[in-house]
Amino acid sequence: MTEPLLAMRGIGKRFPGVVALNGVDFSVRAGEIHALLGENGAGKSTLIKVLTGVYESDAGAISLAGRRIAPATPKDAEHCGISTVYQEVNLVPSLSVAENIMLGRQPGRLGFLNWRALRQHARAALARLEIDCDIDAELGSLSVALQQMVAIARALDLRARLLVLDEPTASLDEKEVAELFAVMRRLRGEGLGIVFVTHFLEQVYAVTDRITVLRNGELVGEYATTGLPRLSLVGKMLGREIVAEPAPPIGAKTGSVEQVGPPLFAARGLARRGGIHPLDLDLRRGEIVGLAGLLGSGRTETARLIFGIDRADAGEVRVRGTSVKLASARDAARQGFAFCSEDRKIEGILPNLSVRENLVFALQAKQGAWRVLGRAEQLRLCDHYITALRIKTPGPDAPIRNLSGGNQQKVLLARWLATQPELIILDEPTRGIDVGAKAEIEQIIAKLRADGLAVLFISSEIEEVVRNSTRVVVLRERRRVGEFAAGEATADKLMAAMAGGHIEHEPPDSDFSPRRDTK
Amino acid sequence: MKTSSRRNLPLFATAVIFAVLFVCAGVMYDGFFSTRVLVNLFTDTAVTGITAVGMTLVIFSGGIDLSVGAVVGFTTIFTATLIQKHGVHPVLAAASAVALGAALGAFMGTLIQVFKQPPFLVTLAGMFLARGAAWWISTESTEITHPFFVHLSGYAWEPGGGLRLTVAALAVFAALAVGYVIAQHTRFGRNLLALGGSEQSALLMGLPVGATRIGVYTLNSAGAALAGIVAAIYSGSGNPSQGVGLELDAIAIVVIGGTLLSGGRGHMLGTFFGILIFGTIQSALLFDGRLSPAWGRIVVGLLLLGFILLQRIMLRGVSRRGDGGSFLKL
Amino acid sequence: MSEAQAHSFWRSPVIWPLAGILALVLANLLHDRSVAFLSVTVSDGHLYGSLIDIFSQGSRCMLVALGMTLVIAVSGVDLAVGSIMAIGGALAAILLTQHSAPLVLAVAAALAVTAAAGLTSGLLVAGLRLQPIVATLILMVAGRGVAQLITDGNVVTIQRPGFEFLGNGYLIGLPFSAVLVAVLYLIVNTVLRRSALGLFIEAAGDNETASRFAGLAVARVKCLAYVASGFCAGLAGLLAASNIRAADPLTSGTNMELDAIFAVVVGGTALTGGRFSLLGSWIGALLLQTLTVTMYNLGVAPAVAPVPKALLIIGVCLLQSEKSRRWLGGLWRKPV
Repeated sequence: MTEPLLAMRGIGKRFPGVVALNGVDFSVRAGEIHALLGENGAGKSTLIKVLTGVYESDAGAISLAGRRIAPATPKDAEHCGISTVYQEVNLVPSLSVAENIMLGRQPGRLGFLNWRALRQHARAALARLEIDCDIDAELGSLSVALQQMVAIARALDLRARLLVLDEPTASLDEKEVAELFAVMRRLRGEGLGIVFVTHFLEQVYAVTDRITVLRNGELVGEYATTGLPRLSLVGKMLGREIVAEPAPPIGAKTGSVEQVGPPLFAARGLARRGGIHPLDLDLRRGEIVGLAGLLGSGRTETARLIFGIDRADAGEVRVRGTSVKLASARDAARQGFAFCSEDRKIEGILPNLSVRENLVFALQAKQGAWRVLGRAEQLRLCDHYITALRIKTPGPDAPIRNLSGGNQQKVLLARWLATQPELIILDEPTRGIDVGAKAEIEQIIAKLRADGLAVLFISSEIEEVVRNSTRVVVLRERRRVGEFAAGEATADKLMAAMAGGHIEHEPPDSDFSPRRDTK
Repeated sequence: MKTSSRRNLPLFATAVIFAVLFVCAGVMYDGFFSTRVLVNLFTDTAVTGITAVGMTLVIFSGGIDLSVGAVVGFTTIFTATLIQKHGVHPVLAAASAVALGAALGAFMGTLIQVFKQPPFLVTLAGMFLARGAAWWISTESTEITHPFFVHLSGYAWEPGGGLRLTVAALAVFAALAVGYVIAQHTRFGRNLLALGGSEQSALLMGLPVGATRIGVYTLNSAGAALAGIVAAIYSGSGNPSQGVGLELDAIAIVVIGGTLLSGGRGHMLGTFFGILIFGTIQSALLFDGRLSPAWGRIVVGLLLLGFILLQRIMLRGVSRRGDGGSFLKL
Repeated sequence: MSEAQAHSFWRSPVIWPLAGILALVLANLLHDRSVAFLSVTVSDGHLYGSLIDIFSQGSRCMLVALGMTLVIAVSGVDLAVGSIMAIGGALAAILLTQHSAPLVLAVAAALAVTAAAGLTSGLLVAGLRLQPIVATLILMVAGRGVAQLITDGNVVTIQRPGFEFLGNGYLIGLPFSAVLVAVLYLIVNTVLRRSALGLFIEAAGDNETASRFAGLAVARVKCLAYVASGFCAGLAGLLAASNIRAADPLTSGTNMELDAIFAVVVGGTALTGGRFSLLGSWIGALLLQTLTVTMYNLGVAPAVAPVPKALLIIGVCLLQSEKSRRWLGGLWRKPV
């Protein structure tokens, strides 16, 4: 094979306290579609940002078509021939398609526009992708898929050699994905190199030629797509080789307690368009239900539905046997639910308020403005939880933003525990916190279960799910694809389900079904 | 709904509302239904109309400028004082007034762009600054007696057919024409819409966001100063208290014209109809004589509310189908 | 260490406006070359003097700033306060003069209507999710029209001793309006800090999403802030009408929105919402009135007063902006 189109060698990038990339190699050939895969924190997006000039790397070298480049800004990268299309369409929805393609490089003289030439160029750019679309339509009125195509058309209008597609399919339906793939294949035929970031494995096998896997900021390996079975791919992404040693069965550490009577929470056919396909789920007191699935499998969407943040389009929810409507987080909190969101910064902490205020907030909100927790009561709660959860803080009145991520997470956990919930939903409670704090949080979860709470535990670390759950429900591509009771399954089985091996209800295969490569 | 009709719905609504209002007024009041009244609509709302053109551009960019009324007041008294007390030729006086206006706009734009201060606050301060400066020059109104100025005040172009276009009316048409060209046919104008539609996208597309934003405030304040000169010509005098509350009328005209107050969406033609609607309401109240002029403000306020709600509903429709990401800032 | 010290000093909400007031008082004393500015005389059992005037004349701005503080704390802004003041004054005036309503009823009716006006803004912001500027702009435009309509466009003179007392009376030797406003500040502060409302307001402004996720009815809290703002503006309108013994729908409360926002921002409540300081806003309004009186004292025509006000608010905003803070922080660190 000839020299690759793009060669990134030994790329390193560190942020305060974190090594995001450590000596990563990445290369893309002309005329191939190359998948860049990895779970959260693997370093995919950092690598992309280094490539597209958003970040400057600390170490390593980049060359494109044999020429050393060091893009300092996205514009710089574009000039070098690297064009990027992001998951969120970075166009202007209120302007026309033609304008969006041409903004910033409109033909014309002295600042005046030549609309005819502008529309001609735009039409040509779309024609190259063989897209049929009214160039005078307002961009925002198009489907996300078409907007995505317009973004690609805009990106390609320059002398692009390498096209980076950063999770372009996240909000597309199957037909739209197929259309996107058609365009990608056409561009591959023209000799472009395409980097495709996604977390849908089906799509990886449907369209890519080679795969690079990252984990924890390091390169795991580069593989030909046809030579890498799906199960090993998932193993590489999650950092587990299959076979090695048998993983402990589910619930080994926690044991299992059966409960009789109606479940605390029962959902039947709960669904939301673009969120999750109809889903049944029971949650009982004294059990920890793990929700496993790859990124984008609908884990967080499920949690949000249960907690009333998003409204369900269909389905029924019964709490303690009675049918209820959960229209807001407030409703859910009143039912005795609690929810620690995965996005601590945006959906969790009140950054400028104190640890004390953050900690008592949910309880106070539940009680209303007038049944006030006295200062002494608040301090007692703070003392209790700071000791019980070992929260490291200068004091209850320190602003929460000064605490480390793990301690912020514990405060948020304490916020909900103070409300004495019966059901607690933990969405990635251990994300982005150090190892010691992780172990502590796992202990707390076990204790909650022992105290008789129902726990819904979401994590992308499969070991963690296996270790902590008494029962695991597996989601894949926004569907429930399996359930494993205590002692029934191992991490290997879970992974197989997550990857799409043994499935309870096989979803109807789409027309771009992957070339299966199980031997 | 077809995309093009959906997109232009506010513009159609504006045109229809104008037609209905004008016909109603024509039926209700004798002599209302004439080209003379139609032209007078422009003469009488000239000052507000000219500022509305600049305001349209500012609102395109997602900003707002509350200082234009004060700039009008300052310009009239500044020009009048230069001409009357210091014997400066009107053209030179007007030019320096426009330059001062532009300087104020550039200053405000810089505060907004560089120091990330909210536009409403900066321009509210700008309003105090300009109004205070106007009163500083004089608290009394000053008549302008320079022959050139007097000639302009009385001048009207009569193309025939009983049409009489005063300097003020001609100025509005000129402002609208220039505004239309800027909005539709220049990079600057399209950059404004892109900036107002999604600042993040505009930055990622490599558009000159800073220069565009500072530029539009500069342009708008210079336009407001021009409106002030037209006001001085129209009234033949300089009055430091002129244009109090004018900024609200200008904003109302822009929004009634179908331009989205949060930016990124709109059309200069809408502002044209907005001026007509505003003028029709004012004239109808004048013709009626029984109704309190306060109704003018209330009707304008209600139209404002109606259009804002209409846009809100439309955007909801769009964002439900699209990703809606960039509409969230509303 | 010096950075940390500078930081805490920088963040203390009331130090800057207090320093400003001191500087202005000093400027007066130096200009007069006497302590006349500070002297307070007693006559008829009432206190008189420049300082007393500052408190009584500043009471309206303090009042509007009270409501504005809450609105800004929930990341909003209320541009309609001036128009609402005009409505409050006009309504009370008409009820008192043309309908000879009892004083209590007129005042209650005016306050109820202005609070409802605030609720309208609140619903537009919290319910329809309009930008606060956009939502309150509507009422800013239409409100003055409504006020004019109430009085038929006239300035209505009011001659009712009870009503005049509001803006001109004295209570235990002090101007009644100043006492009323101070008491209201105390009450509101106590209620907010003793109940959980203060926490809710700060939380809603600090991180709206997180507050909603934690089970707070954010929309209700926001509405409440706007209702409070409408109520305070209405009361300020009554004080203004009482003070000049007339309700002027055209000029009452003009430019009050900027004065109030200024007082709030100077008082240490950030325009981005979250933590608020009522004491800070009160002192901020005091600073503004001291500035006005000082300029009068220094012989600056009252008409010119907006200029230094505008310069001051621009200066304060620049000082608080991220960019200049970083820049100043850089100066701090550099060894001079």
